[in-house]
Amino acid sequence: MTITAIFGTMLPAAPLLLGLVGLLLRPGDGGRRRRRAAATLGVAGAAVSLAVTVFWLAIIDYPGDPAEGSLRWVRLGDLDITLTFSAGAAALYVAFAVSAVALAVQVYSIAYLHDDPRYAPYAAQVSLFTGAMLLVVTSGDLIMLLVGWEVMGACSYLLIGHDRRLPDAPAAAVKAFVVTRVGDVGFLLGIALLGVHAGTFRIAEVLTHDYGTGTLTAALLLILAGVAGKSAQFPLHTWLPDAMAGPTPISALIHAATMVAAGVYVVFPLFPLFAAAPAALAVLGVMAAVTLLLGALAATAQDDLKRVLAWSTVSQIGYMTGALAVGSPAAALFHLLTHAAFKALLFLAAGAVIHAVGNNYLSRMGGLRTHMPVTFWSFVIGLAALAGLPPLAGFWSKENVLVAAAHATEGGGPAPAWVGWVVWMAALAGVAITAWYATRLLLRAFFGAERPYGPEGPDWEVGFDDARYQRPVTLHDPPGAMRWPILALAVPTAVLGLAAYLPGFRSALELESPHLDVAIVLPLVLLALGAWAAWWLWHTAPGADPVTALGRVRPVLAHAFYLDAAQDRLVVRPLRALAAAVRLVDERVVDGTVEGAGATTSRLGAVTAAAHRAALPRAAVAVFAGALVLSVLAVAYGVAS
Amino acid sequence: MTWSQLLLVGVLAVPAIGALVTAVLPELPGRRAAAGFALATLMLVGLLGLTRGTGWSGYGLPAVVPWAEYRVSWVPALNLDFHLGVDGLSYPLVALTALLTLLCCGYTVRHVPGGGGSGRTLAALLLTLEVGILGTFLAFDLVLFFLFFEVVLLPMYAVIAGWGGAQRQAAARKFVLYTLLGSVLLLLGVFTVVAAAGTADLMALAGGLGLSRTTQYAAFALFAAAFAVKAPLWPLHTWLPDAHTEAPTVGSVILAGVLLKMGTYGLIRIGVGVAPAGAAWAAPTLGVLAAAAIVVGALLCLRQTEVKRLIAYSSVGHMGFVLLGIATLTVTGLQAALIGNIAHGVITGLLFFLAGAIKDRTGTGDLDALGGLRETAPRLAGLFGFAALASLGLPGLAGFWGEAFAVVAAVEHGGALWTTLAVVAAIGGALTAAYFLRLLRRLTHGPARAELSQPWVGGVEWVAWSPLLALALAVGLMPALVLAATGDPLAALTGAAR
Repeated sequence: MTITAIFGTMLPAAPLLLGLVGLLLRPGDGGRRRRRAAATLGVAGAAVSLAVTVFWLAIIDYPGDPAEGSLRWVRLGDLDITLTFSAGAAALYVAFAVSAVALAVQVYSIAYLHDDPRYAPYAAQVSLFTGAMLLVVTSGDLIMLLVGWEVMGACSYLLIGHDRRLPDAPAAAVKAFVVTRVGDVGFLLGIALLGVHAGTFRIAEVLTHDYGTGTLTAALLLILAGVAGKSAQFPLHTWLPDAMAGPTPISALIHAATMVAAGVYVVFPLFPLFAAAPAALAVLGVMAAVTLLLGALAATAQDDLKRVLAWSTVSQIGYMTGALAVGSPAAALFHLLTHAAFKALLFLAAGAVIHAVGNNYLSRMGGLRTHMPVTFWSFVIGLAALAGLPPLAGFWSKENVLVAAAHATEGGGPAPAWVGWVVWMAALAGVAITAWYATRLLLRAFFGAERPYGPEGPDWEVGFDDARYQRPVTLHDPPGAMRWPILALAVPTAVLGLAAYLPGFRSALELESPHLDVAIVLPLVLLALGAWAAWWLWHTAPGADPVTALGRVRPVLAHAFYLDAAQDRLVVRPLRALAAAVRLVDERVVDGTVEGAGATTSRLGAVTAAAHRAALPRAAVAVFAGALVLSVLAVAYGVAS
Repeated sequence: MTWSQLLLVGVLAVPAIGALVTAVLPELPGRRAAAGFALATLMLVGLLGLTRGTGWSGYGLPAVVPWAEYRVSWVPALNLDFHLGVDGLSYPLVALTALLTLLCCGYTVRHVPGGGGSGRTLAALLLTLEVGILGTFLAFDLVLFFLFFEVVLLPMYAVIAGWGGAQRQAAARKFVLYTLLGSVLLLLGVFTVVAAAGTADLMALAGGLGLSRTTQYAAFALFAAAFAVKAPLWPLHTWLPDAHTEAPTVGSVILAGVLLKMGTYGLIRIGVGVAPAGAAWAAPTLGVLAAAAIVVGALLCLRQTEVKRLIAYSSVGHMGFVLLGIATLTVTGLQAALIGNIAHGVITGLLFFLAGAIKDRTGTGDLDALGGLRETAPRLAGLFGFAALASLGLPGLAGFWGEAFAVVAAVEHGGALWTTLAVVAAIGGALTAAYFLRLLRRLTHGPARAELSQPWVGGVEWVAWSPLLALALAVGLMPALVLAATGDPLAALTGAAR
């Protein structure tokens, strides 16, 4: 084991181990000491990972081979399964984003869950979640990657279901795990196909193996099913909005650093294979375009602040998968990093709003600007970055995606030209819609008239409400432990995009240098158009939701094209009915046969026994008759032979 | 006699003597003595593992060579030798049996299930069961294997009928009659082989030497049916849910933990080992049934409303994965089956312990009457959650390897049929997650419904459960613990099957 391998091991192992230790802490209402122990373990896990990443980024040379360390884990038949740690510079940047967001979330959670008796397991699960994501990022073996991949699913389940007061939380948690697990059916089969043909699951060797076109396309399409599940891509996106039932810091973690980012990231190390399978890229491109528009459109009509952000994640992940589909993993990764910054910022700031207001609904907010200036400005920066306003982070990365898609329309890339057109058109439309809903959110929440806040407001307990705290008498910015992570995240949200000018960063991601030419005019015009439309609607009808302008389309968008209901009708209910039918068959037919055989035997026995129960005269007659028959037979036999 | 031979005999003799001693001692000392004997057995098994040395592998040989062996002639007229041996195939199961018996005996020191019987008798029966199960795993003689296979039946019947729930008589009767039917088929198979080959020595019979193709087909059909009842393979499973639901906690643990493994182990050692041509012939059928078992078992679990019954049905699905691995007849698949066996024993044993604890505390196993355990009994709920996640095959925990690599082995086997089976099995894996999450949601989430007599986890319970908790994690992280010595014996077995 080299030094790098040991460091590589520490990166995921530190949070994983500390998370496991944290799970051993006694749950239930603990004193301050137990809370402090849990908080220390949680923060330490993320901090160690962050420190290791920073150290590693400092010593690595660009462009260099990825640091690798490998040892055999187990051998099954002819298949070698290894523990391989492999982290190139790009992986390290992702690891940096993951551990930084995780650290922010851990610190933030100390204040956000200050009166939660189940804080200790919560903090431990966040650590496990972080460690699992880092395992995915640094894994050089597909099976090892699968371990991190699935552990993340389990952690998301545990954390989304954390809140005991929400009736929806357990269902949302189950949905998140089961839907992603459905995608993982494909993921496992895809990995199996790749590994079985290469004879090993090591990514480095899988990449150099020469697969047949059919096998490769099939394997990659299967893997894309897993990507769709984890990254909430159409048609497996339905779990993400419901996952808002989790505590808000968890939403930040899931959306920015772990879970949804994992799906995009996993395509990155495998991209050389994708480049050789245009059919897989075409499917990915269509999936990306549909998801991008679906998420953006659904975000326009939500009344729940967190749901707007959730749908915007769906849409932004669509940008990343779109970039992958048009053959630009660098742009996808860049957008992943900037998205991690601004989405974590937005969710943590949203938590501050919810913390203060006591509910999630935009229709119950308004005029918050004067009361919560820090939160307000965080939102302004975050939403502007989300919409892609220069010079904030989102502008540079989205620009990269758009340029890559525009390039692909000329053909000659790994993906067919029409995929480039599809992605480009969807991405351009997405820019306008994103600007529209970002502006709407900002106006509805922070401008306009103040509305009644808190428990006196009507219906504040309905729906996705995770604020269980004492209402403050006056609205105010959050306490320090919550404010500092928000402020810290505002910095990369503002300036991370300029990293595209750093040669080291660029070569690590294999990013092209930013070119600010005429191509940026079109998206900027669209952005201005979208934002202006939202502002104009809000301005002309003060107090009204701009979304009312959509008329009859509004409920369709608010329900995200009723895909949830479709999933329920087409998958969940038939499956339940099937299970009921199978149970009936099992009990009546399969077990019925067994029981029937037993009962029939008993009945036959009873009949035979009854025939043998006879009074003495009849019994004697029967015995003599039997003797007679036997002797006649014996005599006949003797005569015959 | 060498040390290893002495150990081999001791592993069977100690629990046998223990059962007798326990039976004559008074109540509490008897239960303590039983735990002591179980502990001694486990230590002997540990020592037996140390005798492996370097000469254990049958590398390059067509036959299966155990690393420790003991043989005396017993009933020459029946071709019956007292022939014991242990190799990489059987050792993990032997160790698991000794461990689970110890945990159950230890648990019985403090927790005697209601139902009338004395705890001392229960402990003695557990030791008797151990003799039968260990003998089955150690036998290297076909007839001896059959004898030990049968020894298990009556003590298990007594455990269910003596210490079980309300419907225990019916469940015990169903169990014993159903599995007896399997035994009849096994007996037929054994004598089909012995009569044709003129020997019952498993080492001599390995690879189907000297058996005609037709004999192998017939023998494998009989073996497969017999072991399918024991494993159990759908649709021969219906004795299982009743037996599990009614059996006392320790009975369920032994039943699911190791008794079922006699079926899958027998299928590998006897079925594939003695009649490889038959195995190759029947493999597609077996594979289809196994895939059906996975999906049907999962669907059945989705609609269960009783905790122990649900876990029992989950065994049908899990054993489906094991049988799918066996049916591929590849080394990968058989190794997946072996580790799946061990993982299922550890995890389902743990699940039954926990389910029993919940039923003891609340007086009900009905999912409609339970709920909110994470509020009322956070530790118990946490442990149950861990076991459930392990059981649904979460990577990093023991259940993953068996299930994922049964699928991988089916993909590796290739061809339209096996690829389809892999897909079906993988879908079954997703359904497994669905029903376990449903179980957790009904049991641990939501409002608290049932009153618990004792919300915390007691000392004896920690002692009985923590080895299983640790193993579920350890086997998940270090699968080589189970698989280290399995490659070569399996290569020898499958080499003959191809």
